[in-house]
Order: sequence, then C-alpha cells, then structure tokens
Amino acid sequence: MAYGKKETEKKKEHHEHHGHTEEHFKEKHLMLDPLPRGVMNDMVMEAVTEKPSWKWWVTVIFMSATVAYCLLYSWYVLIAEGVGVAGVNRPSYWGIFLVNTVFWIGISHAGTFISAILRVFRAEFRRPFTRVAELMTTFGLVQAGFSIFMHMGRVWLAYWLMPYPNQRMLWPNFHSPLSWDLLAITTYLLSSTMYLFLPLIPDLAMARDKTTGWRKNFYRILALGFRGTEGEWTHLRNAMNIFAFAIIPVMFSVHTIVSWDFAAATRPGWNSTIFGPYFVIGALHSGMGAAVVVLAAVRKFIKNMDYFIRAEHFDAIGKLMLIISMGWAYFFFNDYMVQWYGGDKWTKQLLHFHEAGPLGWMWFLMLIVNIAIPWAILWNPKWRSTPWLVSIVGILINVGMWLERYIIIPISLTINRMPFTWRQYTPGIEIPLGIGTLVLFILLYVIFAKLIPMIPVWEVQEGQMAHQLKKFGRETVVQVSELE
Amino acid sequence: MTTLSDLKISEVKLAAEEGGKWGMVIDQDICTGCQACVAACAMENNIPFVGEEDSGYGRAMHWIRIERFWEGEYPEIKMTNQQPMMCQQCGSAPCEPVCPAFATVHSQAEELNLQVYNRCVGTRYCANNCPYQVRTFNWRDYERPEPLPNQFNPDVTVRRRGVMEKCTFCIQRIHKAQDKAKSEGRDVMDGEFTTACAQACPSNAITFGRIDKEDTLVYNMIHHGHSHGKKHLEELGTLPNIVYMNGNGAA
Repeated sequence: MAYGKKETEKKKEHHEHHGHTEEHFKEKHLMLDPLPRGVMNDMVMEAVTEKPSWKWWVTVIFMSATVAYCLLYSWYVLIAEGVGVAGVNRPSYWGIFLVNTVFWIGISHAGTFISAILRVFRAEFRRPFTRVAELMTTFGLVQAGFSIFMHMGRVWLAYWLMPYPNQRMLWPNFHSPLSWDLLAITTYLLSSTMYLFLPLIPDLAMARDKTTGWRKNFYRILALGFRGTEGEWTHLRNAMNIFAFAIIPVMFSVHTIVSWDFAAATRPGWNSTIFGPYFVIGALHSGMGAAVVVLAAVRKFIKNMDYFIRAEHFDAIGKLMLIISMGWAYFFFNDYMVQWYGGDKWTKQLLHFHEAGPLGWMWFLMLIVNIAIPWAILWNPKWRSTPWLVSIVGILINVGMWLERYIIIPISLTINRMPFTWRQYTPGIEIPLGIGTLVLFILLYVIFAKLIPMIPVWEVQEGQMAHQLKKFGRETVVQVSELE
Repeated sequence: MTTLSDLKISEVKLAAEEGGKWGMVIDQDICTGCQACVAACAMENNIPFVGEEDSGYGRAMHWIRIERFWEGEYPEIKMTNQQPMMCQQCGSAPCEPVCPAFATVHSQAEELNLQVYNRCVGTRYCANNCPYQVRTFNWRDYERPEPLPNQFNPDVTVRRRGVMEKCTFCIQRIHKAQDKAKSEGRDVMDGEFTTACAQACPSNAITFGRIDKEDTLVYNMIHHGHSHGKKHLEELGTLPNIVYMNGNGAA
C-alpha cells in the first residue's frame, strides 16, 4: 500500500519540521481535503446514475436467481412440507433459523451504533460512512424478519402475535419473551428506517436537482419537497437529534430482549443473567465486522468512493473492533465462569459438551476468530488501515459470532435434564435459506447503490466546512469551528 | 402500616402446597417397559406414525415414552427401572408463560396444562422450556395409510403440521365422565374412568385419579404407605402432578 510509504515520509518530515505538512493532512483526512460542493455532488451522483456495466447486471441476475431459489422456493417447500424438511428435532427445537435471526439482528446493531453513538458524540470520522451503516441496520433486520418467520411452524398465522382487536378478544401473551421480541424488533425496524431516511432527505433533494426523467420523479417524491431553507434544516436537525438519542436505548433494549428469549428459559446454558450485555457486545462485535466489510466493498466497487472512504476510517473502525473484541472476550469469560462456578450438574455437562463434544472445534474456532485474530492484527495501525486485511478480520469475526450463536442454540439444546432425549442436530433446508438471506442482504446493497447516494454528501461537506488547515509560524494545525 | 409481625405465617399459602386436581402415580418397580401404554396412547389420541427415519432422528411423536437407563459399561451393566415419561401436568409449568399466542394455557376447571392446537403458531418455545422434554411437534403432515384412518378417535382433534402437542391426561375422557356424572346428578366416582395408558398397563403400574380429595386411591398412594414417591425435577419449582414410585431408590 501507498500508505506505508507515506508513513516513512511522515517520519522523515517529522524530524525535519517538528510538524505535519499540509499535503500530509489532506492525504490522510477527508475532513481536511475539501472539494467544491458541486464537484463532490457530481462525484456521488455519477456513482448512482452511471449506467450499470454488464458485470453489474450479471451479478444482480445471478444473485436474484439465488434469492429466488434459496429463499423463495426453499421457503415454499418449507411451508408446504412442514418444518420436518429443516433439521430441527427433539431436543433441538430451535436451529439455524434462530441462529440466523440473532445473527442478523446483531449485524443490524452496528449500523445504529456507528451512526447514532458516533453522531451523538460528534466523532468526525463517522461522516462518510453513516449511510452505509444505517442501511446495514435496515437490511439486516429484513433478513432477521425472514429468518424468524421461516422458523414458525404455521407462518400463515404469524399475525396472531400482533395485538389487534378481534371478535374473540384474544391477545398475544405479554408474558412471553417472544412477544417482547416482536415489539422490540418492530420498534427498532421502524425507528431505524426513519433514522436512515432523515439524513437521506438533503441528499435526495440534491439528487432531485441533478437528475432527469424517472429518477427525478423518484427523488422528488422521496425528498418530501426539501429545499434547504433555514426552517427545514432546523426541523431536520431537531428530528435527527431526537432520533440519534432515542435510538440508542432502543438498540440496547433490542438485543437484551433477544437475549431474554434464552436467559428467561429454564434450559441449562441459557439461564444466565449476564446474557443481556453479552448479547449486546456480541451484536456489536459482529456488526462492526460486517460494517468494515461493507465499507471496503463500497470503496472498491463503487465509483469515486475512494475519495470518501480512506485509510483513516478503517483505522478508526479497526480500533473500535479491537476494543469491542476485548469487551466480548470479557463477557464471554464472565458468562462461562459464572456458569461453571454455579456447579449445576447439567450445566457442567453442557460446558464439557461445548468444548469436548463432537462439535468442540466450533468452540475453539470461535475463540480463535473472535479473540485471537482480531487482537493479533488490529493492534497495528498500519494493518488495521489496510482495507482488505480488516475486511478479512471482519469476515472472520462474523464467522465466529455465527458460531457463537450456533453453540448457544442448537448445540446447547442438545444437552438437557432428560438424558434420554439427548440427540444431535443436523441442519437441513436451513442451509439454502440461510444462504438466501445472505445473498439478499448483499443484493439489497447492490441495488440501493444505484438508487440512493451511498455517502451522506451534505454531512461530509458540513464537516469539511468546519475544519481548516492553518499555519502558525512553521506549524500547520487543524482549526475547527464549532460544529452544528 | 403492616409490620412483619402482623403477617400471620400460617395464612401465607405457598404455591408448593397447592396440589392439582388430577394426578398420577407410576410404580417403576412393577413397570415392565412393555410399551403398551405408548401404543394405547397413540390409538386414543390420534397420534401419527412418523416412520423409522424421523423417529430415529428424534421426531417420534408419542405423548408417553418409556425411558431406559443403565449404569456401568457393557458387559457389567446394571439396568435401572423403566421410566415412563409424559407431560407432568405441572402446577407451575415453564411451558405456559413463554407461548406468545396463549396456545399453551392452564385450565382453571381441570387444573391441567392445555394445548390449544388451533391457536398454536409453532414457535416451539414451550418445548424448549419444558424440562421434561415431553412436548412433541408435528414436523410434517404424516401419512396414515389405510386402514389406519378407520381407527381415529372421534373425540380427539387430528392435528396438522406445525402444531405442538402433548399428553392431555386424556382430557376427553375426563370430560365424558364429568358429563355423565352431571347428567346423573352426582360427582365423578374414583376409578370410574382412567387414562388410556393406565387402562392399557398390564401390570397396573400407572394409576390415575383425583388427588384433591382425601378418599381417593391416588391420594392415598401418594400420601400413605409409600415413602419413596418422587416427583421429577421438583427442584425447578414446576409442581408436577405425577409421582414416581421407585423402590430401588434410583431415579
């Protein structure tokens, strides 16, 4: 990478000037490398409106076919034949469908985390990639929704879980963690979609003014008549501020409630009071890993994005990933230690089964890819600024977090208090359906990259306006005006 | 203000003291493991036959199963008693609160755990949370080749795929007996009827009846004469209504 060379140059210059040069700052930081507004808008719109290449079409057709077969056809088979075509059995009544649900909700977490928390704390490096992250929340929740509905035995009656007025005065059971789940996920989906939409409005208005034909109509409807007056900006900022603060507790509650599905049950291995924070940090772990992969893909495959997404952003996310990995390791240890210390004979059996059972390799692989590899790579600023390397770490973390959920759900269900029923779980139709959700997740990104600007241009411009380089004597410093 | 001394401890009735209405005693010492109860239950309750493959994969749908354990390693094996296992009709059942659709509920009239097939959407949470692992799920619509459809019990619903089910203590028989007694203007007599498993048991290892009255057979079997009655996983606070007698002292 060119970055490495720059590092050595930087060191040389550091010795010569006791400070950084202007070029170095510009090269490194997006906020200090401003382009004229019109040029930047054009760059983003070019990426959106550019005629798709044949490669794009081939990708989309191939992925659509995969979704049609893996998701739609397989689901049809599942509904028509019954859950028997999946691998679930007694005692593993829950299998990969629930693993995928928890996994996708976890992925959806980091979107909001990056966007809302970094926005609330005004972390400047967030500016170019909040949109990509927020999309991850919405797209991830779509997959989680698919997975949970696939799981149900009679999905055509799923509306019974909604509280709606009916002749028989029947309500869902609000004692059930699944009811809490439904409410929490619905709240999260609605609020995160609104939170995705709000910062999109100025960009849609910009897109409306720069396009013609059907696109103009499309953006005109979506932009809700945004003209950029002071009043409109005030309303938008207020709304975004409210959502950014309000969505953080929602985000924490969602994964805590997902963990209660397990923690509230009487099963050994599930009945753990630390599951709430453990699941939240696990969700962030996999979500950050996914975010960095998506970011690297956006940078590589979408035109002009290498201007917006730079090594500094991978560096910043890499640091977050490292800290979250440490947090996850702590909570993993906490959960394990407390369960082991409890001394319950079934839990002991289960913990032994995790490590030394036929699927013990999953347990060790989980620890290697969730802890050892991130720690070994992300401590180094040069390595964690390398997009492909961080992406590999991100993918591995996601493999590890998927395995973690697999260990918690079907593997832990194998062991219960009735040894007569102990039996292993072998996945069936869950595998194509799981692949289907993954491909749909990527496909949504591929399609939306041609519909909406993947970079919140106005946020980048706002940040660039607030920063400027100024020379005091021989030293160049970054001058910041008060933001927002 | 109420102080601690105002509370009369004798008035505080612990949930554990509350018994159910119907109960069962299973004498493991005389159970031969012949599986007649399993067959009778399947006939009585229209339980489908899942076939060899699904059955081997842990999808057998019997509402009652005979569990068999052994100690030691072959050839020095010591067999323990057979253990018939079915829904324990818990007084405080873990399966009930977790159902999001109220498909598994406690009936106040019979004091049993009911499974409302029509209302079940198949989340399978109840089965996960059942410490006894006695709930069975309709994984598919299983075939019933001729002449099996001719022996359907008209008193019991035939369930479709995607629905959870479990032992009901033959609630259709309970209702039939209650209706008959009501029309004759009397109470249900002890021993007037019994469940399919108890009826089929050749060694009389299963006894079913009222446990809320002191003059019934089951009540006396539980409370007098046998000191080795044991309820399964009672430590979880599930308040099961089935008592297992085991003279060997093994669980």
